[in-house]
Amino acid sequence: MVKVADLVDKLNASVICGKDDLNQGINFGFASDLMSDVLTLDTDNLLLITGLNNLQTIRTSEMSDISFILFVRDKKVSQEMKDLACENNITLIECGYSMFKACSILCEMGLEPVY
Amino acid sequence: MKFTFFIEGENFSKAGTASSEVKKILKQLNVDPKIIKRTVVSLYEAEVNVVAHAFEGNMNVEIFPDKIVVRIEDKGPGIPDIDKAMEKGFSTATPKVREMGFGAGMGLPNIKKNSDEMNISSKVNVGTKLEIVNYLK
Repeated sequence: MVKVADLVDKLNASVICGKDDLNQGINFGFASDLMSDVLTLDTDNLLLITGLNNLQTIRTSEMSDISFILFVRDKKVSQEMKDLACENNITLIECGYSMFKACSILCEMGLEPVY
Repeated sequence: MKFTFFIEGENFSKAGTASSEVKKILKQLNVDPKIIKRTVVSLYEAEVNVVAHAFEGNMNVEIFPDKIVVRIEDKGPGIPDIDKAMEKGFSTATPKVREMGFGAGMGLPNIKKNSDEMNISSKVNVGTKLEIVNYLK
């Protein structure tokens, strides 16, 4: 299990919304820019790692009960995305690292793959 | 309980609003979170399909004590070969749809996986009717 505050620190990342949830622990990570794949997951307590920064990333997470999204490759969250995420208690994190680098750090920290 | 939501074709900024409303209603009714997730994932896939492929559509939701029945009907090009559309990986999505993170040919198979009953019928150049039933107990 990885604490949100620790991964934010290790990835040199910024929390865009959901700052109250930083002491929570996350068990699993799933990296994808394809929301169709994300929608097939049954896993709880998951961090979505993605470079897809549009409203459907937030909607997909809302439907899939994903509470934490890490945007990699320096992708920026729009105000619309932030509003929708806040409304649904989803924590958004931005990070400048590539998806590969972010995933390798998260894996070393103990975040587990879904499959 | 009956609800109807309008779905606008090609408007990706609104895609998911109907499914989101259904999720809020099911939460208020204290439905098991696992059943809520299965239901709203299948509704969201269906809603995105209407936005991606049709001109417009409606999501009609009926909630009974033991089940939720959702009928999604659209006006659009229809599906010429439903068996083919049910195959994982088959897609006719446009580049715009793919940019939004969809169009991998996973939608209909995932709806089937997340519903207890699924019925689909379609007429080319008229539209598609999809019925999803999930039992609440």
